[in-house]
Amino acid sequence: MRIVKLFSVLAVLLLLGTVAIAEGGQVLLNAAGATFPYPIYSKWFDQYHQLHPNVQINYQSIGSGGGIRQLLDKTVDFGASDGPMTDEQLKQASVPILHFPTVLGAAIPSYNIPGVQTDLNFTPDALAGIFLGKITKWNDPAIASANPGVKLPGDDIVVVHRSDGSGTSYIWTDYLSKVSPEWQQKVGKATSVNWPVGLGGKGNEGVSALIQQTPDSLGYIELIYAIQNHLPYGKVKNSSGTFVKADLASVSAAAAAAAKSMPDDFRVSITNPEGKGAYPISSFTWLLIPAKWTDTAKRDVVKDFLKWMMTDGQQSCEALSYAKLPKEVVAKEMKAISKIE
Amino acid sequence: MATTPNAATPADLAWSPRALLRRLRGADEIAHLITFIAAATLLLITVLLVYQLWVLSAEARTKFGWHFFVTRTWDPVAGQFGALPFIYGTLVTSAVALVLAVPLGVGGAIFLAELAPPGLSSSLTFVSDLLAAVPSVIYGLLGVFLLVPVMRTTIQPFLKRTLGFLPLFQGPAYGIGFLTAGIVLAIMIVPFVLSVSREVLLAVPRDQREAALALGATKWESTWKVVVPAARIGIFGSVFLALARALGETMAVTMVIGNNPRISPSLFSPGYSIAAVLANEFSEATGNLYLSALIELGLVLFLLTFVLNGLARLLIVITTARGSGVLPT
Repeated sequence: MRIVKLFSVLAVLLLLGTVAIAEGGQVLLNAAGATFPYPIYSKWFDQYHQLHPNVQINYQSIGSGGGIRQLLDKTVDFGASDGPMTDEQLKQASVPILHFPTVLGAAIPSYNIPGVQTDLNFTPDALAGIFLGKITKWNDPAIASANPGVKLPGDDIVVVHRSDGSGTSYIWTDYLSKVSPEWQQKVGKATSVNWPVGLGGKGNEGVSALIQQTPDSLGYIELIYAIQNHLPYGKVKNSSGTFVKADLASVSAAAAAAAKSMPDDFRVSITNPEGKGAYPISSFTWLLIPAKWTDTAKRDVVKDFLKWMMTDGQQSCEALSYAKLPKEVVAKEMKAISKIE
Repeated sequence: MATTPNAATPADLAWSPRALLRRLRGADEIAHLITFIAAATLLLITVLLVYQLWVLSAEARTKFGWHFFVTRTWDPVAGQFGALPFIYGTLVTSAVALVLAVPLGVGGAIFLAELAPPGLSSSLTFVSDLLAAVPSVIYGLLGVFLLVPVMRTTIQPFLKRTLGFLPLFQGPAYGIGFLTAGIVLAIMIVPFVLSVSREVLLAVPRDQREAALALGATKWESTWKVVVPAARIGIFGSVFLALARALGETMAVTMVIGNNPRISPSLFSPGYSIAAVLANEFSEATGNLYLSALIELGLVLFLLTFVLNGLARLLIVITTARGSGVLPT
C-alpha cells in the first residue's frame, strides 16, 4: 500500500513535470561522436544553454565511428565526426545528412633526439619515407638535407603512432596519402590503418609518453595536445615549398586556402593545401546534421545553434587552442543552414 | 497457511518482511527456486552473450571463414582481417604473467597460511586484497611511466647480456612489448592467486597437519607433502581465475604492449592482444565488415577462454585420477 502511494506521488510529479516542460518549450537534443572537438563542443553546448535555458544538448564523446553509427541508427539527433562520412555511409541514412565544419585540428611531428634542441624541418618525402619504413636512420640524406647545420645521429628512428582509432591518425594518413603515391597504395587513409612500422601508443598521452621516454623516436600528436603540454615539434614543408610550424594561424590559413575549392557538401580534405603560410597537415571536424526533421522545435534549435556557433561561438575557440573557421567557410556554411528543413 | 483466509490475521501480514522470512526459512522450495533463478541467470547471460557475438559477427565469419584464425594481416583500409597476431599476443602475455605470478602467489599463500604469525598473515592479506582493487588503468600508467623506462635501460639490456642466446631475449629494447605487458599482468593477478590459495590452504583440516606432524614430519614436510596437495584443486582454481583475468585485461595491456600486430619469438618485441585491439579500434570503427571483424575477435577471446578453461579442468581430472590427491576435496 505504501508502494501504491509512492507510485501515485511519482505519477503526479511526472505529470506536473511534463506540463512544465510543455509550457517552457523545453528542447532536449542528443548528440554523439568525435572525441577531438569534445572540449569546445561541451563549452558551446553549455554557453548555448545559458543563453537559452530551455535548450539542453547532451553530447557523448564516443568516437567518430560511434557517432556515425548512432546517427544512422537514429539513436541520436545529430552526430559529429573527425572524418567526413563516406558515400556508402550516406546512402545508408534514411534522410540526407549534411556536414557542417566546426573547428580545425592538426597533427604535428614530435620527436626526441638526444642532443638536438632545434625545431627540425620535415619534407613530405621524409615523413612518408619514415612512416613507410624506408628511411630508418636519423642522418638519412632525406632528413639531413632539410636541416643544414643540425648534427643528426646515425641511430635507428623509432616510429610511434596512435593505436586507438582517431581523427588525428585520419589527418596524418590523409596527408601521407596525398604526398606519397606509395603510401596511398600500400596503406591508405583511415582512423586506423595497417601501419608498416612503429609502436602504437594509446591516445595523445600514450604517444607523447612513448616519444618522451624513447630516444630517437618520432611520432605525430594532435596540435592542441602539443601546445597545452609544451611538447617540442617540427616544421613541415608545404606545397609552396615553405617550412611551416603549426599554430592556430597557420592551420586557419590552410582552411582559407581550401575554401576557394570547397564543395557544397563540405566533405573536403584540406591536407597539403596551396598557400604560403598554410600548415599542410590539418583538417576540419564536422557536425553531421540530418537535412529533414519531423520535430520542428528541435529543427529550429539546431539551425539557431549552428548560426550562433559560426558567429559568437567561434570566439571561444582560441582560448581552448582550437583554430577558428576562416570567414570564407563561415559564409558558405551560413547559406547551407537553409538546407535544413 | 498464508492462503487460508483468516479473520484474525490482517491480509497484508502474510507479505510483511517477517512473514516472508518465516516462509523462506521454512520452505525449501522457495530457497531452491531463488537459487535456481540466480544460477540460471548466469547461464542465460552467457548464452545471450555468445549468441549476440555470433549473430553480429556474421559478415566477417562468412567472408573469412576459418582463415580468420590463421591470417596475419589486420588492415581496416583494405578490409583484410585476421586474428592470428592478436591470439598470439593474448596467449604470450598471459603465459608470461602466469609464469611470474603463480610461484609468487602460491609461495606467498603458503607462507601466509602456514608459516607466518597470524597478525602478519592477516595484515599482508589485507595489502594483497588492496592490490586487487586498484583499477587497471592505474597499473597501465604505472607501467608506462615507471616500468617501461626501467625495462628499456636496465632489465632488457641485462636479459640480453645474460640470456641473449635465447630467441626470447633478442632484438631492440623499446621498453614496451610482450614482456612488459606480461609483468604488468603478473602484478595484477598475483593478488587473485594469493588470496584464493591462502583461503584454500587455511581450509585444510587441522587434523591433517597434526597427523603428519605426529608421524614425525617436519613443519615444512607437513605443509608441502600434506597441506598443499590437499588444497591442490583450490589452488588450480585460483590460477584459472587469474588466467581468465589476464586473458581479458584491456587497459593496462594496451598501454604497454606496443599495439603492433606482429608475431615475433622475442619477448622484447611489441605485440597486440585481442582485448587491446577491441579497446583501441571499436569506438572509431566504421563499416560493417570492420565492425563485425572486431566482434568476431570478441568471440575468439570467448572461445580461447573456454578452451583454456576446459584444458585446465582436464588437467585436474588427470592429476586427480593418478591418485596424488590426499583428500577427496
